[in-house]
Amino acid sequence: MSASASTTAAESGLSISFANVEKRYGSHVALRRLSLTIAPGEFVALVGANGSGKTTLLRIAALLSRPTSGKITFANAVQNSAALTPAEIKLRIGMVGHFTMLYDELSAEENLRFFANLYGLNDPQRIAAEALAPAGLASRAKSLVRTFSRGMRQRLAIAHAMLAEPSILLLDEPAAGLDREGAAWLASTLSALRKIGATVIMSSHGQSEALTLATRAIAMRDGTLIEDSGPSGSKSNNDARAIIEREAAPIAGIWDSAQ
Amino acid sequence: MNSHAKSVGLTRATASVFAKELRVEFRSFEILTSTIIFALIVVFVFSFAFNPSAADSRRFGAGFIWIALLFASALMLQPSFTRERTNDTIAALVLAPIDPFAIIAGKLFANFFFLVLVELVLLPAFSVLYNVPLLGIIGPLSGVMLLGTFGIATVGTVFAAISSQARMRELLLPLLLLPALVPLLIACTGATMGLLAESPELPISWLAVMACFDLVFFTAAWLFGGYLLEE
Repeated sequence: MSASASTTAAESGLSISFANVEKRYGSHVALRRLSLTIAPGEFVALVGANGSGKTTLLRIAALLSRPTSGKITFANAVQNSAALTPAEIKLRIGMVGHFTMLYDELSAEENLRFFANLYGLNDPQRIAAEALAPAGLASRAKSLVRTFSRGMRQRLAIAHAMLAEPSILLLDEPAAGLDREGAAWLASTLSALRKIGATVIMSSHGQSEALTLATRAIAMRDGTLIEDSGPSGSKSNNDARAIIEREAAPIAGIWDSAQ
Repeated sequence: MNSHAKSVGLTRATASVFAKELRVEFRSFEILTSTIIFALIVVFVFSFAFNPSAADSRRFGAGFIWIALLFASALMLQPSFTRERTNDTIAALVLAPIDPFAIIAGKLFANFFFLVLVELVLLPAFSVLYNVPLLGIIGPLSGVMLLGTFGIATVGTVFAAISSQARMRELLLPLLLLPALVPLLIACTGATMGLLAESPELPISWLAVMACFDLVFFTAAWLFGGYLLEE
């Protein structure tokens, strides 16, 4: 993370507001009339079982999916969605999706260089090298992604999401496939992002070390928001932890009880 | 946000997507190999099935060329977007701060380039198998082929984007593509037939139809391209 990011993330922070957002796929309702505002700098843990609507919510927030009804707006201190173009909003968003969002036929460096070009970053070669080093992939920069293990792909996906130093980071199960070292890197990176005022929305259906950084927790079930610890603050932090502990139950315990 | 990150212009974004398409394809040759083999098989089978005389070749050869190209393009265009769905790389492209048309345009120009490569193999094979010398008409024939191919690539890329989101995508693309290309196919065949005649002549009216077709569909892709990529 460059020094410039420490000021720019907070300055370019956007609030995200969902107003009665609903998403249907045919007869299936993935998200039911969700209303929610996330302020700049919040670290939101989105918890709930598979199929609860977490991924749909993240994809709508990333402007990848258009709500069937309702509205999503982005605003900063001086501008709102009406004044911001979709490209200006997208410049501020980084995402780790359910899939890696990487080209298997390109090397790790080629993938990052390609996306650095699309984000208009100067010197994409240097940017790619700088992103690969902290992810522990510098030695595999020239290797094709198809030769990577699941964990290495996930690290590269996270490096890709951070490439343009986004002020909004949307993470869909980012710890999936990561080993202990990778999870520690993810947690320290997210901690650094939180300190510089970036907004993080992270989904998980199980316990993850990174969830302990959350300042707000939102629980979902069947496309409905069932519990929200409320906007970040010292009191709500305790509520957030309680929701996370309840909803994101450790999967290891389930295996123990099965024995 | 990185202080250096900025929206990229349409030309630069299109060039980046185009270069990426070429790099991915030349790593695997997944599309080119199957398409070239398929196109060659079609002209080869027709030559044996009809055993055409020189006069027959001049009369029907144009149809064989464009039918081979049409079916080959249906095969080629399908993976253009479906392989972006494998790792959801299409989401990464849509998420990038670029004009969504750059994604369509980059793929369109790449598909056009790949189809031209197919023609570079197909036309010499046609010339040999059907005993039709093409060297004398190579200039005007290239013009006709390029105009026709651009139309196929434009319509094909747009319909590939639409069908990639559908459940029966393998069936949907040919169902959408083949009827939509009928006017272009008639014009391409008419223009090529004029060039293959004993006294070659370039029918300007067919060229005008092809140019209009290309212009209309390219403009439509430009205007509505962004909607094609939305979920």
